Amino acid sequence: MKFGVIVFPGSNCDHDAWYAVNRNLGQPAEFIWHDADTLGDIDAVILPGGFAHGDYLRCGAIAKFSPVMRAVRQFAEDGGPVLGICNGFQVLVEAGLLPGALVRNRNLKFICREVRLRTETTHSAFTAAAEVGQVLRMPIAHGEGCYYSDERTLDELEAEDRVAFRYVENPNGSLRDIAGILNARRNVMGLMPHPERATEPLMGSSDGLVIFRSMVMAAQPVALAQ
Amino acid sequence: MSTLAITPDLIAQHQLTEPEYQKIVAILGREPNYTELGIFSVMWSEHCSYKSSRLHLKKLPTRGKLVVQGPGENAGIIDAGGGYVIAFKIESHNHPSFIEPFQGAATGVGGILRDIFTMGARPIAVLDSLRFGPLDDPRAGARNRRILEGVVAGIAHYGNCFGVPTVGGECIFERGYNGNPLVNVFALGVAKKEDICYARAAGVGNPVIYVGAKTGRDGIHGASMASAEFTEESKQKRPNVQVGDPFLEKLLLEACLEAMQTGAIVGIQDMGAAGLTCSTCEMGSRGGTGIEIELDLVPQRETGMTPYEIMLSESQERMLLVAEHGREDEVFRVFRKWGLDAVAIGRVTDDGLLRVRHHGRIVAEIPNRELADEAPLYDRPHIPSPARPFAPSPAQHEIEPTAALHALLSSADICSKRYIWEQYDYQVRTNTIAGPGADAAIVRIKEIGVSVAMSLDGNGRYCYLSPHEGAMLAVAECCRNLATVGAHPVAATNCLNFGNPERPEIMGQIVEAIEGMAEACRFFETPITGGNVSLYNETLGEGIYPTPVLGIVGLLGTAAPLTKDFKASGRAVMLLGGMGDCDETRFGGTEYAKVIMRELWGLPPALDMDYEKLVHGAMREIIAAGLAESAHDLSDGGLAVAAAECCFGPAGIGAALALESDLRPEWLLFHEGPSRILLSTAQPEAVAQIAARHGVEAPRVGVTMEARLEIRNRNAVLVSAEVEKLRATYEGALEAQLRA
Repeated sequence: MKFGVIVFPGSNCDHDAWYAVNRNLGQPAEFIWHDADTLGDIDAVILPGGFAHGDYLRCGAIAKFSPVMRAVRQFAEDGGPVLGICNGFQVLVEAGLLPGALVRNRNLKFICREVRLRTETTHSAFTAAAEVGQVLRMPIAHGEGCYYSDERTLDELEAEDRVAFRYVENPNGSLRDIAGILNARRNVMGLMPHPERATEPLMGSSDGLVIFRSMVMAAQPVALAQ
Repeated sequence: MSTLAITPDLIAQHQLTEPEYQKIVAILGREPNYTELGIFSVMWSEHCSYKSSRLHLKKLPTRGKLVVQGPGENAGIIDAGGGYVIAFKIESHNHPSFIEPFQGAATGVGGILRDIFTMGARPIAVLDSLRFGPLDDPRAGARNRRILEGVVAGIAHYGNCFGVPTVGGECIFERGYNGNPLVNVFALGVAKKEDICYARAAGVGNPVIYVGAKTGRDGIHGASMASAEFTEESKQKRPNVQVGDPFLEKLLLEACLEAMQTGAIVGIQDMGAAGLTCSTCEMGSRGGTGIEIELDLVPQRETGMTPYEIMLSESQERMLLVAEHGREDEVFRVFRKWGLDAVAIGRVTDDGLLRVRHHGRIVAEIPNRELADEAPLYDRPHIPSPARPFAPSPAQHEIEPTAALHALLSSADICSKRYIWEQYDYQVRTNTIAGPGADAAIVRIKEIGVSVAMSLDGNGRYCYLSPHEGAMLAVAECCRNLATVGAHPVAATNCLNFGNPERPEIMGQIVEAIEGMAEACRFFETPITGGNVSLYNETLGEGIYPTPVLGIVGLLGTAAPLTKDFKASGRAVMLLGGMGDCDETRFGGTEYAKVIMRELWGLPPALDMDYEKLVHGAMREIIAAGLAESAHDLSDGGLAVAAAECCFGPAGIGAALALESDLRPEWLLFHEGPSRILLSTAQPEAVAQIAARHGVEAPRVGVTMEARLEIRNRNAVLVSAEVEKLRATYEGALEAQLRA
């Protein structure tokens, strides 16, 4: 399964995503520059963390206009898996591929810390290899990670089983402890924590691998069956 | 403006003395014009020329078998093996951080990062050494709290966006830093050996190319500002502080590294202090060439800028490079991809002159070498640092030891700095093996299976009591920190923060500290490969403690790190190096003397370098043999504080220590004698054997246990506390003080 890692000029977790997928998961991965019109022959998209265009405006507000986002939207519409991590989640929300918004952390400060996430659904391309209720350890590193949306949307997310992960201890004020969500079709996921930073023991946790493994399984139903 | 008359007043305003001015006239063979006067004033400022310290800096060892590049370039370079090198340096941004904490600190990070990637190395770690006035100072507390919040937010803003992890550092509070906070930033990068770039202008006729941000009027005379004391009027210097744009710096990083890969770049230097002036004349001087530029071609974000302003601007995120003639387009293509300005503004010449044109007219013409390397050199008068005798009355010692331990754990110097470092992304690039809070930070170099350990240390109180011994102790502590995680120290960088060198007692501190540092660096085989001197850290005549800060790097194989916290109960606790010794004089510089007794006297703890080195060797061997489950070096607050800190792991494992000593209880618990590491092990006999072979004491001082820390001497219980209570004190203190 070939992963494409989108590179905006200010992406700074692009190498980390590549390393996690290529070295720790053992799958091919390539970088895709933000002004590309097409994605090439990839099977999954990762929008990595960072500060896409500096994010002096709202995070991801400029990135949604990058040419590559048209291709990413098409890829998602065609059913391809799209994973947005941290800034990637912010970009997906700005681009309208996921609902809600990510606003400043409740304490108004950047927070880098290991958190615990509770897996809320296994019914997705990103969580199929996990178990409901499984707690994953991985870090957050963001200043604007407080998930926010209106009550109706929150109710809808819950009713449709689209909350993928919740914080066990809410670090940033996210409504209903939401750490990651799915789109209606369940092939686009955004999450603020960094699974790519938890893919080998030296990083302090390997729990993030389950998300990437799920993506591989979803793409290869045969492997899943075995 | 170029025709402005050069009067004695104007010369004095540029902080040039009459003899210095005469030297300028002699070099030029004529009177300088206004632009030239400005150029000389920044290049010959203390900040750029090291005119007060250069004579003494020569005493520092700079050579070693792993040193690829010593002082004189933008950063020092060490061979890390496997075809890779590391580039690192520490630099201060003290003065700007006092005037405008957020931008001052942010641009401090930006400046040192450029120094690293200018060498062709990708930054992979930042550490900070910070000094502030006390947060509870009756007069300046509110301002000190605001400065700390601003500095930390500035570092976070810049480093997080740029994408370099801030993996460690130190943060200390003293009254002397009320008007002079210190912000020293260390950065380290990694490169393939064949990709190293140097800041030399070579090849007559080669184009000189300006890249990055446009030039504005910000930061004019920043270098001169950093070379003077603060007065009541210093707030007016706010416009001298630059504004940082970490996103632009990130683009510059990627573009520069990519452009270097074309092979078309001959030399490159960042525009930091003294901006375009410094980068042109230094590159010309190093290359033995001249440089000619036309200022009309310099990208400018304001109209009507004078040559003086353009040459002295310290606008951030700019680089100057020399490319191979005929291959400019390859370079331009890369910068266009990253959306950056890249313009040929001149060329390399063979006449050794810095020639500056504006609208075609020559507005400055100065020999590069004399401007860059022949700055005045002063052997300023200095007097020996005085003894600081004082005999505290024994009554002052009378405080219950457990209460004293709580007081120390909640003191601003010792308490957890989590509030600070959680604002930093300390993991980006997924190389961080040991991050903030560890004895030494460790980042791996993924390509070669080697990791780099880094430690910053400086103790202003020790150096106030004895600059010579204090500087040696800083070197020893850094090396001990590295040994505690199993690393071999290989090289060092220094940041020398002092007051006004024109005062003989301050100059005495500078000379003694450099000599102490030189002696210790020679002994521990950690050559100084670069650094920075920051003088005139005085406000209204009140100076800082002499604060030389050391940054020492070591190498080790990439593996799971040895951490400080006790892992399981029932393990033997050993004090490698022994109980150490203390007396009335040597207790006067400790945190106990500061926090409990509110005094400072005598001398810093006594250091035996031979013994210190033996301890390091033993520790590394114990780690290599896989015998230690935890290790933590003793420093501020001595044995009791170190033992408490070992209890603050995820499991909250405590310990029962049973000591046998004739020392007074507060000395036994809190003296800061060096050469000691507290470790826990399941195999105490094997540890003892290794220690004995190295000639190092390693008494078994106790055993780990659940949930409590107890320390007895003979039969007297000195400390008895629940781990979670100690932890709450330690973790909550800084935020409580900031909220005051």
